[in-house]
Amino acid sequence: MDVRFGDEYEKLRAEVQAFCADSWPPRGDAARLGAREQAIAWRKRALGAGFLHRTVPREYGGAGAAQDVLAETVIRQEFDRAGVPHRGVVQGPQMLVPTLLECGSEAQRRRFIEPTLTGELVWCQGYSEPGAGSDLASLQSRAELVGDEWLLRGQKIWTSQADRADMMFGLFRTEPGAPKHAGISYLLIPMRTPGIEVRPLTMMQGGEDFCEVFFDGARIPAENIVGRRGEGWQVSRSTLKHERMLIGDSAIVRITFDALVELARRVQRDGRPALAQPLVRQRLAEIAGYLATQEWSVARMLTALHQQREAQVASEMLMAKLQSTNVQQRIAKLALELIPEAGLIEPGASDATMGVGEFTPGRWVSNYMYSLAFAIAGGASNVQRNIIGELVLGLPRDRRPPSQ
Amino acid sequence: MDFALSEEQELLQSTVRGFVAKECPPQTVHAVFDGERGAASALWQGLAEIGVAGLCVPESLGGAGLELLELALVAEELGRGAVPVPFLGHALASLALARGGSLRQQEAWLPRLAAGTARATVALAEDGARWLPPDWRVELANSRVSGRKALVPEAEGAALFVVGCRGGGLALVPAGPGVRVTPEPTLDRGRPLAALELDGAAGEPLPACDAASLIDAACVLLAADAFGAAHQLVRATTAYLQARQQFGQPLAQFQALKHQLADMALEIDPTRGLWWYAAHAFDHVPAEAPRAAALAKAHITERAQQVARDAVEAHGGIGFTWESDVHLWFKRVMFDRLWLGAPELHRERYAALEGW
Repeated sequence: MDVRFGDEYEKLRAEVQAFCADSWPPRGDAARLGAREQAIAWRKRALGAGFLHRTVPREYGGAGAAQDVLAETVIRQEFDRAGVPHRGVVQGPQMLVPTLLECGSEAQRRRFIEPTLTGELVWCQGYSEPGAGSDLASLQSRAELVGDEWLLRGQKIWTSQADRADMMFGLFRTEPGAPKHAGISYLLIPMRTPGIEVRPLTMMQGGEDFCEVFFDGARIPAENIVGRRGEGWQVSRSTLKHERMLIGDSAIVRITFDALVELARRVQRDGRPALAQPLVRQRLAEIAGYLATQEWSVARMLTALHQQREAQVASEMLMAKLQSTNVQQRIAKLALELIPEAGLIEPGASDATMGVGEFTPGRWVSNYMYSLAFAIAGGASNVQRNIIGELVLGLPRDRRPPSQ
Repeated sequence: MDFALSEEQELLQSTVRGFVAKECPPQTVHAVFDGERGAASALWQGLAEIGVAGLCVPESLGGAGLELLELALVAEELGRGAVPVPFLGHALASLALARGGSLRQQEAWLPRLAAGTARATVALAEDGARWLPPDWRVELANSRVSGRKALVPEAEGAALFVVGCRGGGLALVPAGPGVRVTPEPTLDRGRPLAALELDGAAGEPLPACDAASLIDAACVLLAADAFGAAHQLVRATTAYLQARQQFGQPLAQFQALKHQLADMALEIDPTRGLWWYAAHAFDHVPAEAPRAAALAKAHITERAQQVARDAVEAHGGIGFTWESDVHLWFKRVMFDRLWLGAPELHRERYAALEGW
């Protein structure tokens, strides 16, 4: 057992640190670009240097490196520390690209992967519908092949970034007579197609992130299908898997926890920092236990993935999402106990919701609400409990209603 | 990074697991709970024969020369089986001697402790929840030890006591004149506790004593034991709910119970790395060891206790009976949570160590 990354990876860490110091924040002409263009320019440099999406083959814009979870972890740690725009809009690089690499045609890979990695092509995910949430396979939006075009009708909802996206990858029912899971296809949809209307939804804490998307006879080319007709459900599975891995990432949680400790240090109670109060210390140490549990569980997973002994941590991988959700909610709740009066004030537009940025009181209030989204997006917590019950403990599957 | 067990470590663990499965089914633990101490002695002898008594004793003195992680891996298996043996005190006393004893002291005791022909334990706590070195008041002066220690594990039959003294020192006190053991009615009958009265007993200091790190080691072993017990409780409860039928179907078919079981597993399964790291840090990252040990003890024993409470509830009426196996683990975990201080004590230590 050795918890150090070792010389090879510490050398890589130093290279990444030097790269970040040299490339961010932008200087010279680049400093005058808008935020999006700055991010694209930086991502191009990082891709060229082989630090971003490094396992994507060279012909599609990556570095063609072998999978190495330790290298990826070291790079991500340093990127997070430096505050570079490496996370970007996650749907495209983290979810669509792996799907195209697994199931896409050569033409699709050549056309879409590189601009997606650089951030020039922004994607949204068209899965959920008003009648299809946790029971996603009951989705009803339809695509009908008319000549050499798909004709789209229906509605998607909770579509993050739809108002900013250039493209959507989405699930549509293409085989009306087929059984529930077998009638779905995975389509790639240019968002500026006539017949598509995007209406942003305002979130409970203010601000817009997700949208409703309406399809009323929009036409897209027949070749914009990934995999074969009726195989969209299987194609989409690889994407969901990647979404879960993203949420199991513990670095962001550690950053938020450190900010919570600093909040407790700053907030005064009875003339002393709240951090000096026994109750606050107990609560923080309890969360520290959950967080350290998550971090060492992640270390077990990294080791197992690196050694290609994934089966040893299969159970913990299935628990990672719910575990992370619970820790983030504990942090969010304790923060508001430290600054209860802030909870009466509506967060302002300048209070960041997530990512890097200052932890203002308004951000904590926003986070108090936004942390609930972790229990809903990417597989709701009660669905996670079903998965743990069935796949970790071997409990019987839920009985389905007879009609299904 | 290699945060995984070596083949040797996996082999050690599976050997002990196999021994426990064969030699210590729940009926054996019940028998010990019902007063058959002979069964406990036989188990300890059997474990000593496969080397468990001397894991951390240097090879030159008849042991295996292993580290705290190996001790903790064994603790996990003993917790999993609620095995009623004097491992905890013996392992800690041996560790204290191996790390802090003079060569003469080591040669006098460690070969016998490793062979299992003599048993040792640690006397740390004093009355009034005085768990930690700064609280100790027993006096060591002129090779004589006087005072009263409380809640000493497996004191009856021990040939040697490692006694915590005023100022944070540790003394070696062999059983003999001036040493009196008074058993306590112990909730976890598998690991009986006793008061230890020392009245001018012969004793000598452990020269390279480090009582604080002995506490760290104890915290890790308690956490590993609680992990093993709670992990087993989740599986035992799962099996029971799959077998027990109500309303014409297994209870496990009801989603409410399925979700309760999932939450129990979620609370305990991922904590394995937390005590692994605390054990590893003890030998390899000493600057991190006190924090990691305090956090592992506080977090895992607390989570395990809640899992044990949930397990009783999920079993229904049968879970509340003496004949059920559930209370064996419930009490095992209560010992792990409360011995050396409740989670609150260790969370406060953690907070102080973090500089909060």
